[in-house]
Amino acid sequence: MTEEVVITDQDDLIINVGPQHPSTHGVLHLVITLNGETVKKVEPHLGYIHRSIEKMCESLTYRQFIYTTSRMDYLSSHINNHCCAMCVEKGLQVEVPPRAQVIRVLMDELTRLASHQLWWGALAMDVGALTPFFLAFREREMINDIMEETCGTRLTMNYMVPGGVMADIHPNFQRRVHEFLAHFKRKIDEYDELITDNIIFQNRTKGIGFISKEDAISYGMSGPSARGSGVQCDIRKLYPYEVYDKLQFKEIIESGGDCFARYMVRMKEMKQSMSIVEQLIDNIPEGDFQAKTKNVLKLPKGEFYSRVETARGELGVYIISEGGTTPYRIKFRSPGYSNLSALDHMTRGQKIGDMVAIMGTLDLVIPDIDR
Amino acid sequence: MSFVKNYIGEVWGAVKSLATGMKLTGQYALRHKKEKITQQYPDNKDTLKLPERFRGEVVLIHDENNEHACTGCTACELACPNGSIKIITKFDLTPEGKKKKAVDTFVYHLDLCTMCNLCIEACPTDAIKMAQTFEHSVTDRNKLIKVLNKPGSKIREGVEEKKSQ
Repeated sequence: MTEEVVITDQDDLIINVGPQHPSTHGVLHLVITLNGETVKKVEPHLGYIHRSIEKMCESLTYRQFIYTTSRMDYLSSHINNHCCAMCVEKGLQVEVPPRAQVIRVLMDELTRLASHQLWWGALAMDVGALTPFFLAFREREMINDIMEETCGTRLTMNYMVPGGVMADIHPNFQRRVHEFLAHFKRKIDEYDELITDNIIFQNRTKGIGFISKEDAISYGMSGPSARGSGVQCDIRKLYPYEVYDKLQFKEIIESGGDCFARYMVRMKEMKQSMSIVEQLIDNIPEGDFQAKTKNVLKLPKGEFYSRVETARGELGVYIISEGGTTPYRIKFRSPGYSNLSALDHMTRGQKIGDMVAIMGTLDLVIPDIDR
Repeated sequence: MSFVKNYIGEVWGAVKSLATGMKLTGQYALRHKKEKITQQYPDNKDTLKLPERFRGEVVLIHDENNEHACTGCTACELACPNGSIKIITKFDLTPEGKKKKAVDTFVYHLDLCTMCNLCIEACPTDAIKMAQTFEHSVTDRNKLIKVLNKPGSKIREGVEEKKSQ
């Protein structure tokens, strides 16, 4: 794919957005070339919160390195941990007990719900509505409380360990998830009333930030952002892991390619996640929550790769092992990095106010991009 | 004519969608007292109860005789990814005159700890646990470096045998 090179005129204004700017959701640094209010070019500058997680992991053992991935995409920390644990299990050739598999999928879907709720509130705030942020956090708080009870923490869980999960679910877990589902089923209609049907929101998002299916594929976009352009890329459907192949759920695909299509994908995905949780919550099989593993984990010499669908797209973990207790090299393929690369293409020719809406619907988490 | 019709229809739809949202906001204005979930934090300190698995800080469990179950095996120190635990061991003399490894100082760096729970998982004798405390702010950083074994405390009888089983 070739793109025209934009030549900066003398009259063009070059401004910095970020690293510390309220609308960038973190510390993203964008250098924007403007012609009046029209965006000519967006250049993301990374490195402000680089913590060299990949290099750090090389000195940590296979049990220890998983906790660092909670700090990458902190809104879907369970799913990040899950991917790492799966990759180590592949190397060890450990069979995960069915109970642990179901608990993992339950936690993943609850995390996805919490992440999409926060995204919904933050997007509404980006386009100028403050109330939805509080409504979204009210529901997210319920999930956080459920997590706190079972995992002990609210954001950086480190609950998935190689071989299963760290602890069995709390006795209250099922009851509280049922309470949450009953509550959120009523409230998600409020979300639609308040934002989806709102004419101001629709005018701000429809036809804004268009990206075609071909461009989305060539930029390597994944997750809800790519599915809004009609790309079939749900890892849960394409390469099912754990118990996803036994579940009934739809892969949401919209063909619009604009901000509103990406918004609708996530709104519908929340309903699908709720249905997955409903299917599993009363059918958690009995048994062990963790497979028996050795105290010191040693992966055989070789290369291992696993991938999962996080709330933002495809996360891949690639481990090269030399046979020791620590990985020789770890590479994370994070969804945010590829999605951000399409930002320049999407914002070209748009107004600067719309750029914030486009960034909102891409659902960027900066520590995931800049790890 | 159809243009005017469409225009009026659009305006009507827009007004309706805004009114729906305003209605919801109005309902919240009336019934928010019933659905209040805000916690008045410093005032509700006495009633605030955190779940028993909450990871606040690592503590060494002591019983009423000032005895703990730590054998000084340093499994937690090896399991910790950040080096927040440092165990200084000593050698006690048993009544038979043999040397026995025991914990001298259990140093815990709260400032380095990420509450990953790996040390608690690694402990073979369940000597440490996560406490539910969360108010960790201090004015001096050195206060975050804690010694977990209480002065004069010693290992509980029978822990060593349990570990070897």
